[in-house]
Amino acid sequence: MTATPGAVHVATDETGVTAGAARAKAFASLVSRSGAVAVLVVLLIIGAIFDKGFIHLDNLRNIALSASYIGLITAGMTFVIISGGIDLSVGSVFALGVLTSAFMSEYGSFWTIVVTLACCAAAGLLQGAIIAWLRLPPFIVTFAGLTAARGLVYYMTQEGNLVPKVPGHKSFETLGQGTLFTIGWPVWICLIVFAVGWWLLNRTAFGQAVQTVGGNDTAAELMGLPVKRVKVLVYVISGLCAGLAGILLTASSGGGNEARVGDQYELTAIAAVVIGGTLLSGGVGSMVGSLAGITLWFVIDNLVTQGLQFNPQDELVVSGGFLLVVVVLQTLLSRRAATVEVH
Amino acid sequence: MTAVTPGEVTSRIRAPRITADWVRDKGVYIALVLLIVFNVLFTPHFNEFSNVQLIMRQVAAVLIVSLGMLMVIGTGGIDLSVGATMAIAGSVLGLAVSDGAAVSGGLGLDLTLSIILAILAGLLVGLFNGFVVGVLGVQPLVATLSLLVAGRGLALVLTSGGLVQLFIPGLNKLSVNNLWGLPYVIVIALVLVAIVAVLVRRTTFGYRLVAIGGNRRASVLAGLPVRRTIITVYALSGALAAIAGIIATARTHAADPSYLGLGYELNAITAVVVGGSALAGGKVRVLGTVAGAVLMQVLTSTLAAHNYKDSQTEIVQAAIIIAAVYIQRSSRSSE
Repeated sequence: MTATPGAVHVATDETGVTAGAARAKAFASLVSRSGAVAVLVVLLIIGAIFDKGFIHLDNLRNIALSASYIGLITAGMTFVIISGGIDLSVGSVFALGVLTSAFMSEYGSFWTIVVTLACCAAAGLLQGAIIAWLRLPPFIVTFAGLTAARGLVYYMTQEGNLVPKVPGHKSFETLGQGTLFTIGWPVWICLIVFAVGWWLLNRTAFGQAVQTVGGNDTAAELMGLPVKRVKVLVYVISGLCAGLAGILLTASSGGGNEARVGDQYELTAIAAVVIGGTLLSGGVGSMVGSLAGITLWFVIDNLVTQGLQFNPQDELVVSGGFLLVVVVLQTLLSRRAATVEVH
Repeated sequence: MTAVTPGEVTSRIRAPRITADWVRDKGVYIALVLLIVFNVLFTPHFNEFSNVQLIMRQVAAVLIVSLGMLMVIGTGGIDLSVGATMAIAGSVLGLAVSDGAAVSGGLGLDLTLSIILAILAGLLVGLFNGFVVGVLGVQPLVATLSLLVAGRGLALVLTSGGLVQLFIPGLNKLSVNNLWGLPYVIVIALVLVAIVAVLVRRTTFGYRLVAIGGNRRASVLAGLPVRRTIITVYALSGALAAIAGIIATARTHAADPSYLGLGYELNAITAVVVGGSALAGGKVRVLGTVAGAVLMQVLTSTLAAHNYKDSQTEIVQAAIIIAAVYIQRSSRSSE
């Protein structure tokens, strides 16, 4: 937050001066892209100074662990939003992953992972195909996906009455409960997925295609990019990420998750992506920003509930208000950058 | 240009107009009529007037929310905060009407005054949304998403996290009584439908709304008061959501901030889109939205009456939404 007024200041002062304007624009875009990282750093410092419990390693580990599931979903969501779409179905597909992996766990870890990922990828594939080939709006298609996948989860659990337990498999439990350098496996896996996502987005032809399609899909089509295939793939990636998160939750909790699990996760994931500086209109976005965005969400949650001892309802107000402040700042900044460009 | 006989021309034009386009344009009405005919023939007790009244009571709240959503979507926006606004209106109503002895912070006001306060609360939420979207220029999806989160929190804060039980004779009357056989709530809904229909079709405001949704940039260049129109649209959506919140509160005899209006935003969007309005804006169909809301409600009742489980109902609903949007998309691309 500290850097934000500075950017506006620079932009207003040097409007009309070409070199200055270019510098101001670059600075504004840098701030809007790494604003989440800056705010995160500031919050971590504030937390460390004023809240003794916050900086405790156990607390930080818990934050990381609880953020890792929605974190994985956020990684997939980033691809979808950069491609100009949106995926409302992730919460339900996550639940599908949780319950499929719980039901499959008696057949061993390998089949659990393969079948669950296949199911969730199929959910993404179906939605992506409808969006790309039938050209329906992603908002509606994935909303239908949200409804249908949740219905499927309720059907699997006999209207939510069946709560599957996971028979103890050493390797499967390790996936969720084991640690490496005292940090839980889900956190490492989440970080690996973000790293792979960063590489895919910034260092491969596919990533370039995703960004181009999000910027202008007609232009991308004219350039000869496989627009439809790209659109389908981003939803498959989103489904895979949600499924992976589901597997990890089952592995760490040993089953016993009810059919309502993952409700409204899509909203948190979208909020995290937007806080991270990815534009909902598509074309521009960053994996690092999304990672900072989701971490920020959970750090605020922790500071508000643990540090300030607020009630859960106050926390909702703070989280929502915070999201609003971030998106307003981002909008004003990017508009400032745009006006500088015009001059 | 090749020579074409007049007969060929008319057959070319007429053939798709009668079959495909007509069906596409009237899709939601056809589906509704077919569903009702099916119910009349095969669903036991569907024809009884008490069942019709029940469906009317169930559909009223969603219908009212959909009207506000329709106008917002008409401008090319979206309002995800309507469910939270319903919860806020319910909490405000609960606090205003209960006396301080029963509920902490209760004001013990007259019911009419409390209802006005609740609607004003919704209007305020809407004005705020409109300001953030119209003046600050934040994308509607995220702007209203943050109010979806914060608004439900506010509703919970107002009632200190609990639910406020309301056994007020006046409120009970609102949810139970009928006017010439029609439940009060559906009468209210129909009056609002008429008002919104006139607003959209017969007033300058309505033309501006559609123009902004059709092409915002052109509207700005044409000198339309874009900001004012957008703020008005969101304010109306907030006020309508508040009315729906009051009706839902009356129906459950309690202001329940955790669950009141949960998921209504998506139901309302579904009603609007199934009713044939374009999600991208610029095409507003009031009657279609009414038909869309009734269709989804009758569909739920039908599946429940035939002993389908909730899970199966959800899957069928998803399929219907996709089918409805697909049929209408073809219609738009052929224009």
